[in-house]
Amino acid sequence: MKIVVCVKHVPDTAEADVVITPDKKGIKKEGLAFGINEWDEYALEEAILTKEKYGGEVVAITIGGKDSEDTLRRCLAKGADRAVRVEDPALEGSDAYALAKALGAVIKKEMPDYDIIFTGTQAGDDGFAQVGQTLAETLGIPHAALVTKVEIQDGKAKIHRELEGGLEEVLEIQLPAVLAVQTGINEPRYVSIMGIRKAKKKELKVLNLSDVGLSPDEVGEKGSLLKLEELYVPPVEKMAEILTGAPEETAARLASILDEKGLIPK
Amino acid sequence: MAEVFVLVEHRRGEIRDITFEMLSGCRDVAKSLDASVTAVLLGKNVDNFVEQLKSWADKILVVEDDKLENFNAEAYQKVLSHLIKERNPVLTLIGHTSFGMDLAPALAAELGIPLATDCIGFEVKDGALIAIRQMYGGKVNARFSFKKSPYMATIRSAAFKAEELGLSAEVEKVPSPLTEEVTTKRFLEYVEAVVGEVDITQAERIVAIGRGVGDYSDEKVRSMIEELANELGAVIACSRPIVDKGWLPKDRQVGTSGKTVKPKLYLALGISGAFQHVAGMSASETIVAVNKDPKAPIFTVADYGIVDDLFKVVPALTEKIREIKGGS
Ligand SMILES: Cc1cc2nc3c(=O)[nH]c(=O)nc-3n(C[C@H](O)[C@H](O)[C@H](O)COP(=O)(O)OP(=O)(O)OC[C@H]3O[C@@H](n4cnc5c(N)ncnc54)[C@H](O)[C@@H]3O)c2cc1C
Repeated sequence: MKIVVCVKHVPDTAEADVVITPDKKGIKKEGLAFGINEWDEYALEEAILTKEKYGGEVVAITIGGKDSEDTLRRCLAKGADRAVRVEDPALEGSDAYALAKALGAVIKKEMPDYDIIFTGTQAGDDGFAQVGQTLAETLGIPHAALVTKVEIQDGKAKIHRELEGGLEEVLEIQLPAVLAVQTGINEPRYVSIMGIRKAKKKELKVLNLSDVGLSPDEVGEKGSLLKLEELYVPPVEKMAEILTGAPEETAARLASILDEKGLIPK
Repeated sequence: MAEVFVLVEHRRGEIRDITFEMLSGCRDVAKSLDASVTAVLLGKNVDNFVEQLKSWADKILVVEDDKLENFNAEAYQKVLSHLIKERNPVLTLIGHTSFGMDLAPALAAELGIPLATDCIGFEVKDGALIAIRQMYGGKVNARFSFKKSPYMATIRSAAFKAEELGLSAEVEKVPSPLTEEVTTKRFLEYVEAVVGEVDITQAERIVAIGRGVGDYSDEKVRSMIEELANELGAVIACSRPIVDKGWLPKDRQVGTSGKTVKPKLYLALGISGAFQHVAGMSASETIVAVNKDPKAPIFTVADYGIVDDLFKVVPALTEKIREIKGGS
């Protein structure tokens, strides 16, 4: 099997103070921890599991700056065979549509005989949930989003897709296809010391736009259909009453509130 | 007159809430775009859906085909791209649901139409559409403009309220453009949610844990949470990452892809408040959140909040509750 996995290097903002930059087009990156997008971690694992089961090769692809090589090295250490990073100033301002075009071009160049392409269903930073499905369309192959199970059977895959409320649907999809996976599909392995050592010898290639046969007009703001006008702090319509003080004090206050409301069983 | 298309989402004989939310939520934006609202209904034997939708749209466009019995993104894409090319709606709205996530991006790409996903609102500025959506787990809002029209957008569940409109839609049936079976992707069956031993939807009190509890397979963490739940007579539920890690079974997950709960007390520990989680618990009577991040979106849903380390607050809270119980 020829397997592609597309990954993104993203900031972890769950616990961080997110500050919008003065031009309102981005957030301050200083002080934020970056790593592989949560959904992509599962996509990567699925790619490696597929290779372990059916043999073949896994190539990990990202579009991003030098720092995103951390994420590619993680892919190599876990079991990807090689990695490709695409960087070009012209990619600045690309929307999901333009990024999908760029990914498609890299894949056609680096693994034109792919059997299966894994992506995450969405990225935790911008949350578009769009790139994998768009990529499939630009390559002219089928896709499925929110994939929670994959079984490959000659030229096809039997997959589960997550619906709402715990329901799933089972589908048969023709390969090659893009499978955009949902978290929880597998148990991502840890990075081993051995893996890190092996990764050092694996190829990590850096390409620019002309290397993948795209013109600057096809990506970036020109090649995009959506434009970010501005970021702003969400208006707060309602805010909890915040109990302040040391843990003993806040806990005592909360306990008596719960008691007053009759929420403590006696 | 220009049209706004709203794709009707239905599953197993029921129209899903998102459909009514979109139909009522898009009235203002349709008006600003000088457009009427058309519900686009694809399926098999959909007469009773047509009846239900009549008061919600100006027009209902119906495509009936055996091949559209179950949702299949490939089949839907073929029909919709045909309809959109033919009728050129100024805006097409699709739910940002499992269904819409599978369908909209490829459809938009095929047609070369700009798509804004997971929208929570719209503005119309000088005749052009602006989409509002969230980023960074709801910590930031963004305004996006579209390069050109027509536009397409997917809509977050519960971002708009479904309010009865009292319209009487004209119904137009159009022949299905599907000439042959879609073979690239085939629906096989549904797999029901697993039923576990505890039904969190029936619980009066819930202690819900999120990624902030760290390693829930750690005995110390587990017993700290269980002790609090015991004192409160509460059931333990959780956000998605806890289930993804395999620490609690799927039937304990609260949110869009889990359960919807309405307990008297929902105590959220180390949960950030992503909309997929909030959708499953916002109707709880009293919501309390403990989170060390003062900007965590969960505090905008909670009634009471404590901004602190849960590992300090939880033992103290268990202790205080014990005191209250002991004293009575
Ligand atoms: C299609 C789809 C469906 C989904 N369905 C669901 C669903 O049904 N349910 C669901 O929950 N999610 C769902 N999600 C995932 C959702 O988007 C979020 O990723 C998830 O809810 C985050 O869980 P969390 O709040 O526990 O973790 P995080 O967002 O990582 O938040 C952890 C929080 O813990 C706090 N914290 C950390 N340490 C401490 C400490 N010591 N003390 C106090 N606070 C601490 C942090 O400040 C942070 O706010 C879905 C996603 C998709 C794409």
